[in-house]
Amino acid sequence: MSALDTRAATTIEATDAAGGGRRSRRSPAGPEDGLIPGARRSTYWLYLVPGLALLAVIVVVPLVWNVYLTFTEYRGIRPPEWIGLENWVELMGDRVFWTSFGNSIAMILAMVIVPTLLGLLLAAMLFDLIGRKFGGKLASFLRATYYLPQILPAVIAAIVIGWILRPQNGALNQVLEAIGLGDLAHNWLGSPDTALPSLMVIMVWVQLGYPIVIFMAALQRVDPELYEAAELDGANWFQRFRAITLGMIRPEIFVVTLTCTIAALKVFGPVYALTGGGPGTSTIVPAYYAYSEFFQSQQVGYGATIATALTVVIAAVSVLFILAQHRMEKKEAER
Amino acid sequence: MSAIIEELDPERRDVELPTDAAPEPDAERPRRAIRSRRPGGPNKRKPGDWLVLAVAVVLGFFIAVPFLLILVNSFKSPADYNTSGPLTLPTEFYFDGIVAFWERVNFPEKLWNSVFISGLVAVFAVLISMFNAFALGIGRVKGRLWIVVLILLANMLPQEVLLYPLYFMFKEAGLYDSQWAVIIIFTVIQSAFGTYLLASVYSTFPRELLEAASLDGASRWQILWRVVYPISRPTLSVLLIFFFIWTWNEFLIPLTFLVSNATQTVPVAITVLQGDRLMDVTTTSASALLGLIPTLVFFLIFQRTLTRGITAGAVK
Repeated sequence: MSALDTRAATTIEATDAAGGGRRSRRSPAGPEDGLIPGARRSTYWLYLVPGLALLAVIVVVPLVWNVYLTFTEYRGIRPPEWIGLENWVELMGDRVFWTSFGNSIAMILAMVIVPTLLGLLLAAMLFDLIGRKFGGKLASFLRATYYLPQILPAVIAAIVIGWILRPQNGALNQVLEAIGLGDLAHNWLGSPDTALPSLMVIMVWVQLGYPIVIFMAALQRVDPELYEAAELDGANWFQRFRAITLGMIRPEIFVVTLTCTIAALKVFGPVYALTGGGPGTSTIVPAYYAYSEFFQSQQVGYGATIATALTVVIAAVSVLFILAQHRMEKKEAER
Repeated sequence: MSAIIEELDPERRDVELPTDAAPEPDAERPRRAIRSRRPGGPNKRKPGDWLVLAVAVVLGFFIAVPFLLILVNSFKSPADYNTSGPLTLPTEFYFDGIVAFWERVNFPEKLWNSVFISGLVAVFAVLISMFNAFALGIGRVKGRLWIVVLILLANMLPQEVLLYPLYFMFKEAGLYDSQWAVIIIFTVIQSAFGTYLLASVYSTFPRELLEAASLDGASRWQILWRVVYPISRPTLSVLLIFFFIWTWNEFLIPLTFLVSNATQTVPVAITVLQGDRLMDVTTTSASALLGLIPTLVFFLIFQRTLTRGITAGAVK
């Protein structure tokens, strides 16, 4: 999943790059011509054939098929049976489904809100203070350390922490005992009261490095003279942070929150590897719920409905984010 | 390996117009002079600064601790772990946990599976991205906006929504439990991203080069391979590395499609064995260690490319 975030981030950033490219295009020819003169444009379609054919088979057809399945009762063996909106009606009244979305909100807290806020603070700290007063090498080293969990496959990251949280002889419980806090020892991932918070802590650990790296790169853009001017005017560190840093790197904050929100809504691997949605349904998330309906309960129609609902939510969130960003940029331009 | 890094070094300069790349030496010099005189220079470290540094270091320590714990405990015997706990160094190096897990999952086979799948996906996806981007960015075919939107959609979808139809299709096609199913699926998913990025890169491709090649009588196919490909190679190799690592880290689709042991990738093989009765405490630790070593190695090899890639095309 760490990979997914990065991918999504770069996607969004590339949007901007693409926009910038279009604006700064200097070529004399109109936008209706290819860049190679002469030959007709329509023959370029040949180059799109393999890519689009594969896209149709692997993405478009399954997507449409999946939406069709949401209107059927299908257990994977006999052909799907049309039942209209029954799955959707059931979904709306399904407590497990709402629990799974409630847990998605917990995941957003752990994968978006906490890492972004903490990431802002740490990036500014590393860049503005540690990088300046203790040298850039130390700042880069700390940045690499914070980023370390991001490079692992999410399931492996989850297994690493899961190992520390083992109930009987796990490292955390043993440490607690060693320092005389044995009463706090706990079956962290196995009891309903601590399973979700433990999972959240794991996700913060996994996610934190990503905003730090993006924000630190963004800060390179900020003119140091701005800080100096503010410092001479008597602004303290926090005032400078609020007035300069936050304003300058707002585009990156948008990118990070959007991509992390999508990742948080999609989270699957760590839940699969650590809790299987349990105990009970205390850590179930939509992606895992859909998976278990597909392959454990064999309720394919219903699983398809959950997956489609998740897709709708992700699409809606993305559109809202992009609109909000657009509006903010407009406001900025008017000022 | 350092050769690869060298090769990637010229950043994406190559596809930018020369005027973009031109530095402004005059604007740079006075700023640097000011920087060295700034009030909070390196010689003025206040006690508060040390406090901030301490906080940053402690946090870094806590983030690194799980890695260190895994490293230390993978070389302990279960008895050693039970008597002296997780925090001490092993009394003697104990390789049985690692060896047991290595043999149990047939680790070399899983490594090869992961390398095979990720490697082919990376190559195919880069090829397809290049063809698509050639038509979209340089050919500027009609309706390219809609094609790009469609491709973006493919990138944002949760994979669950494709999962069952794909499962059904590949079962019908006799490719269930085949690595080719995974290779085909990820070629499409990764190339969706690659097309998107490359199309925007190619849309600013230096026009003069294309025109010159065209005047010399080169066909489109020749222009693609003799002009566009060599000039955009640094970008293509960044994509190649990304696709490789992203595919390596994937979980849901490999988990669904690779059911038999012999076809599984490293993350899948390690995850499905968690909670197995034969996994004692230090063997589990060893399994996590084996899972994280390959990605750690990639990170060290490609570190600069990766950090640059993450911020590639950063919002301007």
